[in-house]
This record gives sequence, structure tokens and C-alpha cells, in this order.
Amino acid sequence: MSSGDDGLHVIIEFGGGAELLFDKQKRHVVNLPADREWTLKLLLFWIRDNLLKERPELFLQGDTVRPGILVLVNDADWELLGQGEYRLQKGDTILFISTLHGG
Amino acid sequence: MEKELVKEIAELRKLLHEKENKLAALRREKEILQSYGLSNNEVCKYSRQILIPEINIKGQVKIKNSSVLIVGAGGLGCPSALYLAGAGVGCIGIVDYDDVEVNNLHRQLLFTEDNIGTPKVDAAAEFITRLNRNVKIIPYKLQLSSSNALQVIENYDIVLDCTDNVATRYLLNDACVLSGKPLVSGSALKFEGQLTVYNYKGPCYRCIFPTPPAPYTVTNCGDGGVVGAAVGTIGLLQALEALKIILEMPGVLTRRLLLFDGTETTFRNIKLRPKNLNCAICGNNRTIHKLIDYEQFCGAKANDKNPDLKILRDDERVTVEDYHKMYNSQLTPHILIDVRSPEEFEICQIKNSINVPFTEIEKDGCLALIEAEVNKRQQEDDIVEVFVLCRRGNDSQNAVKRLQKYFDNPNVKIRDIEGGIHAWSRKFDPLFPIY
Repeated sequence: MSSGDDGLHVIIEFGGGAELLFDKQKRHVVNLPADREWTLKLLLFWIRDNLLKERPELFLQGDTVRPGILVLVNDADWELLGQGEYRLQKGDTILFISTLHGG
Repeated sequence: MEKELVKEIAELRKLLHEKENKLAALRREKEILQSYGLSNNEVCKYSRQILIPEINIKGQVKIKNSSVLIVGAGGLGCPSALYLAGAGVGCIGIVDYDDVEVNNLHRQLLFTEDNIGTPKVDAAAEFITRLNRNVKIIPYKLQLSSSNALQVIENYDIVLDCTDNVATRYLLNDACVLSGKPLVSGSALKFEGQLTVYNYKGPCYRCIFPTPPAPYTVTNCGDGGVVGAAVGTIGLLQALEALKIILEMPGVLTRRLLLFDGTETTFRNIKLRPKNLNCAICGNNRTIHKLIDYEQFCGAKANDKNPDLKILRDDERVTVEDYHKMYNSQLTPHILIDVRSPEEFEICQIKNSINVPFTEIEKDGCLALIEAEVNKRQQEDDIVEVFVLCRRGNDSQNAVKRLQKYFDNPNVKIRDIEGGIHAWSRKFDPLFPIY
């Protein structure tokens, strides 16, 4: 992980049980390397390679999140923003929420 | 003695019930009805909400004339039923196929210890009738399915999804879309909850989740655990959204999802996508025109019970009886690995077992721990016997598979114990709690 000031600072959050794949840590403040234009799709792979602690199949399926996980940028569904093509902005909060089914 | 007392109490309760009904009927005869359709007793009972401009007399009459179907009388359904009944919803239907179990009581507060073993819907109906006799309760002791869902739903204005499994959630969604009913959907696990309203001026469940999650990604309350007050919070909010729909108020939680995190006491409201024009059930070119087989669609049963898996060959498993013999004779030195969570291990454990939680088993530290034990044994025996134990005998099979891959050695014999610690408790250790 790059720690320079020229990187892209974003906040990555997990909830609904998705945090269990990330050492039970719900909030991660990260600085993405400044060497490329960051899209959500690139971020997914970056998370897999840098934050994910176990069982990648419970997070990704192919090149997107597995069914049952919602992706939200600043509390809005990524479907409203072009999904994986969305270009990350400085300070964005990206939330991955695993949907619950219990009752 | 115990049986006789139970019988006697049941008879007394029945008698009490009859007398209460008689009294209620007598009082009903004396009631004074106002021209707008509420009795003086109802006006008094609901006065504290009638005083609110959004409700007033007209709203209370709407509430009285409304009907709500609650599917699932669990941690969500109990509080929603309670508050809808309190508010004076005229007719509440409750669907559940299950009987009350002792492990329900910490969160399903319509039920008492006396209700254990009786149908949930009957116990719920009895409690609510006592709470508010103006409410008509219709119990449905059945498993909602593709063959009966539309028939049940058509009698109601609004449906509450208080279920505990993915297949029933898709079934309810499709049934509500086909019959044009709003669906107030709640779910919860551990300290968290989620709430939204589908098929009401916005997307349906399928618009947001066109593909069901793989069964191995879904955690139920029986495995993950759930806090009563957390699931209850969501159940109460479901009742509130239903009332807002009845009152035709703006601000209903449609196209939004409420995320409740009880560990931090945060409510987060997220903006969802609109209705999907290509949705298979509510889109412009729908491909689903009638209810389908939802268990097949989801690859999972329409309940939250754990199925009995059969992954290992017979010679890779040992029965609790055989293990018990080995355990007692002490003639077979072995390693016993208990793959339940530390929380479960704390509830009860077999002497000399090593706790390596299933979710951790492939982590380096855990494998090293097991390997050290195996090496220790190997110095004394040519063949090392390893037994794996879990709660019911499902995780233990998967754990054996993983360990076999790691210890690829014919001298390390890894087997699981069929039926897990539950079978052990039932057959050999009645002092162990079953959870």
C-alpha cells in the first residue's frame, strides 16, 4: 500500500457480515497508489489483493462482487453510478454490505 | 406429576379463555358506535395516536379497515404483530409452519415458556387477542409455497416479510408483484438489521437482487446468532412502515435501504437503484408470469434448518457409539479436534478436545497447531488417528476434507464424528446442554 500524499484517499467499509472476511474490521482508511485512474472495478481487485484475509469466493465472483453483496458509494447504489466503471473520487466512502436473510 | 399439572393448567387456561370471550362479548353489546365507524372505546384506546394530525379519525378508520399479512412469526414477526395490533389494524394474518421452541423465547416475545411445542401462530393469536380484542387475527399454520401464496396474500392490503430464508423471500416478492401488494421486508442477524419496502412506487426484491446468493454464503440465526433487541428493532420499524402505507403517508422507505448496526447504534439510509425495466417479474418484458419453484431457483430449502450433509465416505466417518467406545477404553490414542466456534466450545466440550474453529482451520497458525499435535503422536504411534467434531456433523465433514488435503499422508487417518456433539449429548452425556 502506498503511503504518499499523492495517492487517492478513500474509505472502505464492510457490513452485514462482509467484515468477517477482512479480519472483522468494518472500516478501512486507505491510500490508493497514484499510478492509475481508479475505477470501482479496479478497486475490487485491489481489495482482494490487499485487504481480503480469507475465502475470496465469499467476496468476488468473476470480476464483480458475488450475488448478495451491495456496493454503495457515498451511500448510493453503484448501479446509479455506472457500477464498476465509476471513477473513484478523493474522499469517497465505498461500502460493501452483505444482505441479511435471518429473522 | 409434571404431566398431570401441565394437563390441569391447559384445562384451566381453556376455561379462562372461554370466560374472557364471554365477558368481551357482553361488553361489546354495550359499546357506543360513532357515525365515523369507531366505538367510544376505540376512540379512547387509540386517542394518543388519533391526536396526531397525520393520523386523526380518518386515519384511525383506515387503520381499522386495513389488513396486514405477517409471514414468519419469529424475531421480526412477533414485534411487528404486537405493534400493528396495538395500533388497531383491523385484520392481521400470521403465517408460520413451526412450533414454539425454547431457543425462540429470548427474541420472540409473543411466546411464553408454556407455549413450547404448540403452533407459533396459535400462541401468537392468543397473545394478541388478549392485547386487543378489536383486532381479528387469522392464523395460518402452513409453509408458504408456490401453490398457496397467492391465495393467502390476496386477502390482505400489505405483506410483511418476516421470514428467515432466501427461497421464501423470492417467493413472497414474486407473489406480491403478481398480486400488486407492497412488501415490507426486514431481516436481521447478530447485532445488525436491514429494512426496505419493495413493490411500492419503486423496485422489487428481484430488481435489486436478480440472482440469489449461493447457499454457502448465507448465515442463519441458528448458526450466526441474533440479538433479540436488534431483530426486534427491525420488526417494529416494519410495523411503522406498514402503518405509513395504510395512512398513505409520504416518506415510506421505498428505493431506500435502512442499515441498522446495533454495535455502534447507527442507522444508515442508503439510496437504491430504481425499478429495473428488465426485471424478470416486474419489468416491461417479464419472463416470470407465475410462481416458480423457489427452492430450485435458490438451491436451498425454504426454511432455516440445517440439512444433513453427506460429503465423506462411510469409512471416513465414525458413529458416536464407536467413538464413545474408543474414548472410554483409552486403547486408541488419538487427537480430537472440535471445529465449533469458541462460543459454542465454551457451552460444552469433550475432555481433551482441541478447539480449532472451522472458519480458522485453514489459517497457518491453526494448521501449525494441528501439525504439532500430529508430530507429537507420530513419535509414539505409526498411525495417527485424528477425529473431527462439530455441532451436528456437517462442518466436521468439510473440515476433514480440508485437513486431508493438508496432511496428505497415509499414516495420518482423519475422520469425522457423525451427528456431532448433539448426538454425543443425546446418547452419552445427558448433562450437556443442547443448543
